[in-house]
Amino acid sequence: MARIDVSIEHKHAPPEPPAKKHPNTCPGCGSHYRDDELEAALRVCRQCGYHFPVKARERIGQLVDPMSFEEQAEDLRSADPLEFFDLRAYKERLAEAELATGLGDAMVIGSATIETQPCELAVMDFSFMGGSMGSVTGEKFARACEHAAEAGVPLVSVSASGGARMQEGILALMQLPKTVVAVEELHEARCALISVLAHPTTGGLLASFASLGDVLLAEPGALMSFAGPRVVAQTTREKLPDDFGLAESNLRFGHVDAIVPRPELRMTLARLLRLFGSD
Amino acid sequence: MPRDAEIRLRDRLSRLGGLDLLRGARLSGELERLQRQLDRIEAEPTDEEIWRSVELARHQNRPYTLDYVNRIFEDFFELHGDRGRGDDAALVTGLGQLEGRTVAIVGHQKGRDLKERTTRNFGMAYPEGYRKAVRVMELADRHGFPLVSLVDTPGAYPGVAAEQHGQGGAIARCQAAMARLGVPTVACIIGEGGSGGAVAIALADRVLMQENAIYSVISPEGCAAILWRDAGEARKAAAAFKPDAAHCLELGVIDGIVPEPEGGAQGNHDEAARLLAAALADSLEELEDVPRRELRAARREKFRSMGVLA
Repeated sequence: MARIDVSIEHKHAPPEPPAKKHPNTCPGCGSHYRDDELEAALRVCRQCGYHFPVKARERIGQLVDPMSFEEQAEDLRSADPLEFFDLRAYKERLAEAELATGLGDAMVIGSATIETQPCELAVMDFSFMGGSMGSVTGEKFARACEHAAEAGVPLVSVSASGGARMQEGILALMQLPKTVVAVEELHEARCALISVLAHPTTGGLLASFASLGDVLLAEPGALMSFAGPRVVAQTTREKLPDDFGLAESNLRFGHVDAIVPRPELRMTLARLLRLFGSD
Repeated sequence: MPRDAEIRLRDRLSRLGGLDLLRGARLSGELERLQRQLDRIEAEPTDEEIWRSVELARHQNRPYTLDYVNRIFEDFFELHGDRGRGDDAALVTGLGQLEGRTVAIVGHQKGRDLKERTTRNFGMAYPEGYRKAVRVMELADRHGFPLVSLVDTPGAYPGVAAEQHGQGGAIARCQAAMARLGVPTVACIIGEGGSGGAVAIALADRVLMQENAIYSVISPEGCAAILWRDAGEARKAAAAFKPDAAHCLELGVIDGIVPEPEGGAQGNHDEAARLLAAALADSLEELEDVPRRELRAARREKFRSMGVLA
């Protein structure tokens, strides 16, 4: 019997990709929020507790005493020593990211007080090129360590990053040892590093300063792994556990001190600042 | 426009050129090496040359850490285990003697045949490997042994157990341990210097790279898969992020290039080992009399200044 050619049925335009979910729609339970609602709730879903991403300046606003934040090294910008070009030029990506986020790079640093306790802050922003760490990010973190040491106050870092910035090649990798030596100097000045890991903290971030905090706090559901789940699944063909690399699994295996829901973060940091500041 | 690295090399070259033969053949070797580095910097490697480095760095007959260790160090005694959980065969550590002095050695180890490759996990270490390295670094510090580290890994192992055992933290702490050492440290990238797994043992006073080694933030395939969405574009990726020794030297990431035998280290292991031994001995001699504090401060200062700002 002759086969009937049905291929024509498949020659239509490919099906439309599923519409991208609105950023204010909760991926956990589908609840949708107005932006001001979400901001007032610290970007935590009231139905299921899902933690939405928070941009750097908004995060600072959530944590510090009003008007206490003084930004530093705001004007640092990345160079493009490799003249890197993948599908687009790195310079173009940088300009676009700056336009979209209003930030010079993926980290904001400055001094502030949290419940009147003075500290230095280094906060990452995932919306700037995936929070990737390049020369500017590394430099800002190192300066934050130096400012903290000078002022004799603890440094609070909040990381949200996919890892090193590929467009800066080997120099991006060098930001790992750079931030590591900065933490060593900070510790030698007897100042604490409190490292908060937001979703996601992966790759080079976890393999450098984010893991070297005196205290490590993670947000619920934050992915914190050296290799991402996709890479692990592809390389090893292992079946990944459901909670692979998540904060909860890391707590179980002893890699973080506590998981702190966002509404409690400010209070928790204030407690720690008091504990470290009392000598 | 002369680049910084070029100026530095020219400077050293002229200083060495003006000296009489203080150390016999070694000096002329040094001169030759610097001249070659200068030639390499002046002639920027082409995309094809970069890709050739990638292929040679991964060549299956390239000498691995133990091939060098057995040729360079006398009386090598291997140290096993992280004293906590296990012994990682992908990262070897031990004690040996170089020019009559005891040194501590850490290095990634790849395997040559299928069985050994599996045992060595293709040179991809688990956190246990990095913890073993930390243990041996601290041992070296205690006893004043200089540290030599040989880097040759595609990257730290990306697996479920590796994550559960704290891969990221182990790599961070290994770097921190190196930042604290008060003994001279020399690292050499002898093949693949793959990402965090490589830099974990490369926070050293002198970082050298063999002529055909590569040092990169991600594998060419990984970069291509992410930025080009096609792992087949690895050549383009390599040409874009420039993992070859000449570019690393130019960017100030490494301190010197160790020459290989003509055609690459895979052709003559003995000669490659001789050249590497000379470079390691020279670097250690330079650092020999530097006081602990200065050594550590200079090392930190060097890494503190890594990066390029606009």
